[in-house]
Amino acid sequence: MADKLDRQAGQEAASSPTFHLVEDEHGRGHGHGSPTMLGFWIYLMSDALIFAGLFATFGVLSTSYAGGPTPREIFELPLVALNTAILLVSSITFGFAMLAMESGKVRTVQLWMLVTGLLGAAFVGVELCEFGNLIAEGATPQRSAFLSAFFTLVSTHGLHVTLGIVWILVMLVQLQQRGVHEENKRRLMCLSMFWHFLDVIWIGVFTFVYLLGTIR
Amino acid sequence: MTIDHIAKIIFGRLTIGSFPVHEPILLATFAVVGLAGLGVVGAITKFKLWGWLWREWFTTVDHKKIGIMYIILGTIMLLRGFADALMMRAQQAIAFGNEGYLPAHHFDQVFTAHGTIMIFFVAIPLVSGVINFVMPLQIGARDVAFPYLNSLSFWLTAAGAALVMASLFIGEFSTAGWLNYVPVSNLQNSPGVGPDYYLWALQIAGVGTSLSAINMVTTVIKMRAPGMTMMKMPVFCWTALCSQVLAVAIFPILTAAFALLMLDRYVGTNFFTNDLGGNPMMYWNLVWIWGHPEVYVLILPVFGIYSEVTSTFTGKRLFGYSSMVYATVVITILSYLVWLHHFFTMGSGASVNSFFGIATMVISIPTGAKIFNWLFTMYRGSIRFELPMMWVVAFMLTFVVGGMTGVLLAVPPADFVLHNSLFLVAHFHNVIIGGVVFGLFAGIEYWFPKAFGFKLDPFWGKVHFWGWVIGYWVAWTPIYIVGLMGTTRRMRYLEDPTLQPYFVIAAIGAVIILIGIVGFLIGMVVSIKNREQLKVGNDPWDGRTLEWSTTSPPPAYNYAFTPVVHDLDAWYDMKCRGYERPSGGFKPIHMPRNTGTGVILSGLAAVLGFAMIWYMWWLAALAFLGLLVVAIGHTFNYDRDYHIPAEEVARIEAGHLPPPPPPEQRPDHGPALTPAEAK
Repeated sequence: MADKLDRQAGQEAASSPTFHLVEDEHGRGHGHGSPTMLGFWIYLMSDALIFAGLFATFGVLSTSYAGGPTPREIFELPLVALNTAILLVSSITFGFAMLAMESGKVRTVQLWMLVTGLLGAAFVGVELCEFGNLIAEGATPQRSAFLSAFFTLVSTHGLHVTLGIVWILVMLVQLQQRGVHEENKRRLMCLSMFWHFLDVIWIGVFTFVYLLGTIR
Repeated sequence: MTIDHIAKIIFGRLTIGSFPVHEPILLATFAVVGLAGLGVVGAITKFKLWGWLWREWFTTVDHKKIGIMYIILGTIMLLRGFADALMMRAQQAIAFGNEGYLPAHHFDQVFTAHGTIMIFFVAIPLVSGVINFVMPLQIGARDVAFPYLNSLSFWLTAAGAALVMASLFIGEFSTAGWLNYVPVSNLQNSPGVGPDYYLWALQIAGVGTSLSAINMVTTVIKMRAPGMTMMKMPVFCWTALCSQVLAVAIFPILTAAFALLMLDRYVGTNFFTNDLGGNPMMYWNLVWIWGHPEVYVLILPVFGIYSEVTSTFTGKRLFGYSSMVYATVVITILSYLVWLHHFFTMGSGASVNSFFGIATMVISIPTGAKIFNWLFTMYRGSIRFELPMMWVVAFMLTFVVGGMTGVLLAVPPADFVLHNSLFLVAHFHNVIIGGVVFGLFAGIEYWFPKAFGFKLDPFWGKVHFWGWVIGYWVAWTPIYIVGLMGTTRRMRYLEDPTLQPYFVIAAIGAVIILIGIVGFLIGMVVSIKNREQLKVGNDPWDGRTLEWSTTSPPPAYNYAFTPVVHDLDAWYDMKCRGYERPSGGFKPIHMPRNTGTGVILSGLAAVLGFAMIWYMWWLAALAFLGLLVVAIGHTFNYDRDYHIPAEEVARIEAGHLPPPPPPEQRPDHGPALTPAEAK
């Protein structure tokens, strides 16, 4: 069918061929057809593959305790559950920011982004606190391959969240300066994808590292 | 606090002893490189070219100029990598019953640097360069999707190359082979800076390659000219798309693997150590999950080049376009499923080895289909044996042998015998030189007139061609033979004197390749000197795809009007239907502005890498802070584009009106199909 249409278009073109567009001043590749969203999405997928590599590494090393502490001995599930809740709520608050962006309310966008950033900071804070406790107990990244993989996977996610917080701060300033015009909207969309992406990754971490580790 | 303490804080582990002042080979090299470098810098200063270089080249976001810079970088690094090759060949030709002239530690660095440079800083930049230059022109775009990112990608690659070059004169390079294998590269076995140079150079360049791949994929998907459906896209664009999709899929794994090894070396974690639960074979798995697809990242676009060249120089539409596309996609997918064949000897068992062995052999089916497609394209075509086409024929004769030895190595029991032998080394040089390198030369020869408006000198082109082709066969046939007899790779000296003739012949072959390389360089100089005589029109080869419809060299905006595509061979179709270049009604053109941010960020990344390699923590912190500040600062610049006024476009277009085509250049090669018949 598509082929037939194609042929038809070809025949029409053969009768009155146009070989170039007399385009509008803005040219292509901007506005609605902007490639940024697709490009950022592909970047997120490549980032997901970094995490895939770290998850696979953790999978291989997750029982290489080398006589050191095991997950059941060191994981504090209630604390991690709290952290999970904080991050999930931060995704919702970011969603509110995006809703406000659609209606063009700069102040409301900024407010919800600030809330999101604070929740993100709380998440990182709790994580650092957990790491501190572990290290104090002697469960350091150097102790065993399992702990190396655990610390690396979880802190890579934490670093991403930290980067997200920095990005939120930068975005707050840029919203203050220029409001929600097209360029900033695009940036907010990217930031939003980034933030939700980190949520998805965290669900993987919570399930495969903490829950699976504790029942093993 | 003593002077030593202060020096240690400032310079980390960098001391006077880090400079190889007692190694005459390195000193001589340094003298030559230093003098040549001074000469170049002096010449640029004397002719007051710095401002021009900065404005027109370093800060450019034009995909064509970035492509050309990639190719220059790749060529320079080829000279370095080839110098390493000559040193190895000389050592192995001499060292029978004696130790040769290279100390062991130096020899290990040479073979490591050779492989690392040839793949990461020759093949990747050359492939990126050709994709950068050609692909946007072929799809009728004005630039890539993210022009600034493109500049950053190039400069990050250049920063990585600079770090590898620095390791030659400051400290040492890794001795752990081109993939920096553990356990050799673990801290306890290599406490020096070698593996750190490797890791930082490749991480920085790898970020560049990943970003570039994301950029190219987005460009192909989003920026095609109206009418160019996926199945009307030139084969080169298809292969570039598949190659870059593959790059997006694999480079993150390499980044992760290198990051883990960095943590092992800097923080003391136990990913790849031999104790406390570490697992060295996991490193092999991770790097080869990158490594095997990587060869397809390199070869797929080159298959695209062969397709374009074959079709153009036989004057025919490519035979089996859709089978070519499907073959490319199938190779893309399969290449992700074969990594374990690099270590059948790991001991993963018969079932696992069988799976990977069979998957590997299956790849030869789509690859074979491609070879047949090229042959059938040539069948009954009016073939013009100009240099690009000569490279294609040389490729087909050479590459097929490499493909067959590859299938042989894919049989696990055979691999147990041939693993780590020179037979394997000959195999991958056969496919990389006979496939990737020949194809890149075909592409450079083919698109050079598009980039600069004049052809490369044919005499020196032939010296280049015969030097490489004859040199390849003379250099690698004896290595195949000794490899099949069981000689292992990476040997500094051998005891069995009956093997020496083979290595002497191989060394002679390397010298013949050197003639080819020198021919290429002289050819460049001669062609630039004689550019007036070698000047050609916009479509010197009677091309079939869109890039030949614009001027040579193309204007900054590529096309004054976005082309509309009706046929797979868009430009051939336009020529058949009497297309005339528009000469009026121009509109202002929206273009991205140049920016120096990519250069600055990459410079800071190189400083960060250098500081981390030498444990200069203060400098690393400063460089990292600088990276953050510059990157964030760049996001505050919203004024990133401008318009080329309509009058300016009219002026440029008028200056480039194509000369009337001579009668013999009309498309009458082979049976002329009208587009309707061709469907």
